[in-house]
Amino acid sequence: MSAATETRPVSTHGTPAPATVAGPVTQVRVVRAEWTKLQALRSTRWCALAAALLIVGLGAAIAGSGTPYHVSPGNTAASGVSVALIGVLFAQLVIGVVGVLAFSGEYGTGMIRATLAVVPSRLPVLWAKAIVLVGLVLPVTMLCAFGDFFAAAAIESSRGGSVLSLTDPGVLRTVAGSSLYLTVVVITGLALGALLRKTAAGLSVFAAVFFVIPVSVGALPQNIRGFAPYLPSNAGGALWGSPLGSGHVLSPWTGFACLCGYAIVLTVLAAWQLRRRDA
Amino acid sequence: MIEIDGLTKRYGDKTAVDGLSFVVEPGMVTGFLGPNGAGKSTTMRMIAGLDRPDSGTVRVNGKHYPEAAAPMSELGILLDARSVHPGLSARNNLMALARTAGIGRRRVDEVIELAGLGEVAGTRAGGFSLGMGQRLGVAAALLGQPQTVVLDEPVNGLDPDGVRWIRELLKSLAAEGRTVLVSSHLMSEMAQTATQLVVLGRGKLITEASVEDFVDHATGTGVLVRTPETVRLGQLLAAPGITVINDGTDLLRVSGTTAEQIGAAAWRAHLPIYELTPTHASLEEAFMQVTKDSIEYHAGATS
Repeated sequence: MSAATETRPVSTHGTPAPATVAGPVTQVRVVRAEWTKLQALRSTRWCALAAALLIVGLGAAIAGSGTPYHVSPGNTAASGVSVALIGVLFAQLVIGVVGVLAFSGEYGTGMIRATLAVVPSRLPVLWAKAIVLVGLVLPVTMLCAFGDFFAAAAIESSRGGSVLSLTDPGVLRTVAGSSLYLTVVVITGLALGALLRKTAAGLSVFAAVFFVIPVSVGALPQNIRGFAPYLPSNAGGALWGSPLGSGHVLSPWTGFACLCGYAIVLTVLAAWQLRRRDA
Repeated sequence: MIEIDGLTKRYGDKTAVDGLSFVVEPGMVTGFLGPNGAGKSTTMRMIAGLDRPDSGTVRVNGKHYPEAAAPMSELGILLDARSVHPGLSARNNLMALARTAGIGRRRVDEVIELAGLGEVAGTRAGGFSLGMGQRLGVAAALLGQPQTVVLDEPVNGLDPDGVRWIRELLKSLAAEGRTVLVSSHLMSEMAQTATQLVVLGRGKLITEASVEDFVDHATGTGVLVRTPETVRLGQLLAAPGITVINDGTDLLRVSGTTAEQIGAAAWRAHLPIYELTPTHASLEEAFMQVTKDSIEYHAGATS
């Protein structure tokens, strides 16, 4: 038997850390977390359904009414397809709502505190939201755009209009471009939601920039209307020949690059504010 | 362990937390007390890195929390305001948090059971009562089996069963060697759960003590002596560190010594004693005494 007395620990500092199940935060894990939220929210499903109905439904309705579309020197196949994609102008509001809500919804409910407490470096949350929104909006709207094209083309030709083909000049760019446009729109909405935090504020600014200003700018005198082509919706609209842009000044890809530029600037601002401000 | 050093936070021209320093040790439950507006919630938000201090530092388990590689293993927090998404089910709220740390479905189901949410796990959290919401918040805080657990008013809205659950939970977390910081307005609850206290008032540290010492130092803790010889006994007991108060009756309130010593002294001087009662202030009385100068919102008289 040992006579030595056991030394009792004076503090618990030296004891091994208690068991834990939590691993390190990685970008991939945060993406999975954001996907868990996005796919489980009812609003996501409703918005995806609404966007699909607006794009395909309006396109089919337009193709089935009025005089059938005939390709002529003044009316290219691409501009015929742009008209069939008019639903994109309405769908962009729905898509914008999804984008804004991705952040403002969390600020509004208070979930943002739980989210940022488990990802205290914060930025992975913004990137993850952007990734899952692109992962949702790009395939869904791409499917809708092509579905709309094939539906409209079939209806036009059945009514005696021109046969529109994806291989006609600019048609593929127009169809795919409308989906790319909506994908950048959702990122713009996300950045606005992150910057403004309030759903009402985010949606108001989004609607003003993408609807109100582009429409009311037509009422301005010609000499001070020069900025109109650079409005996000008009610049991005150049890619898919948005019927609202009335004679696109910018070339399709320049216009799209311009829209992407706005989205990038807003996202960088959102990232900076997310790091800097109290949650 | 939580180490807070010189922490200051201002919102506009209001200083919510003012040069606060204290340490929360692992292996015990530390109660975080203070009147409304004392800065408890702000301090907790700064511990979790949600609010950025204007000056001073917070270290959680020796590290700056926002730089922790595995945050959920370091800190689990329940904040005062609800922080769940009402459109997501309890399970999905927890899954979304769990995924950030690679925590699996099994652990999520485990905390759901632990928090007694088994029957409502698939229900949207928006329809939860205050108590259910609290249980979900506590489940979220425990998800990663964190070394440090910070809970703001966890018993708020809980039924007696839930209150007992929290009490046992906090004790078992401390027994596992975790650091536990918990705020509550319910002093009787705190007295049963916490062993250590940090008391704030107007954003400043009022005291940092064990519950025992805190209560012992409050007036009201001492010995009540009834004797016809109040003056002579008072003179007899007078010594540095001992206070004797006589309100004109045959009662003496003595603090700073024990009933045994008073009894022995009276016996030696042949003074009759009719009553000799050790008294203890409650934690609530002690709390009211130390914070009475720093209560932000006095219940004003209605005009």
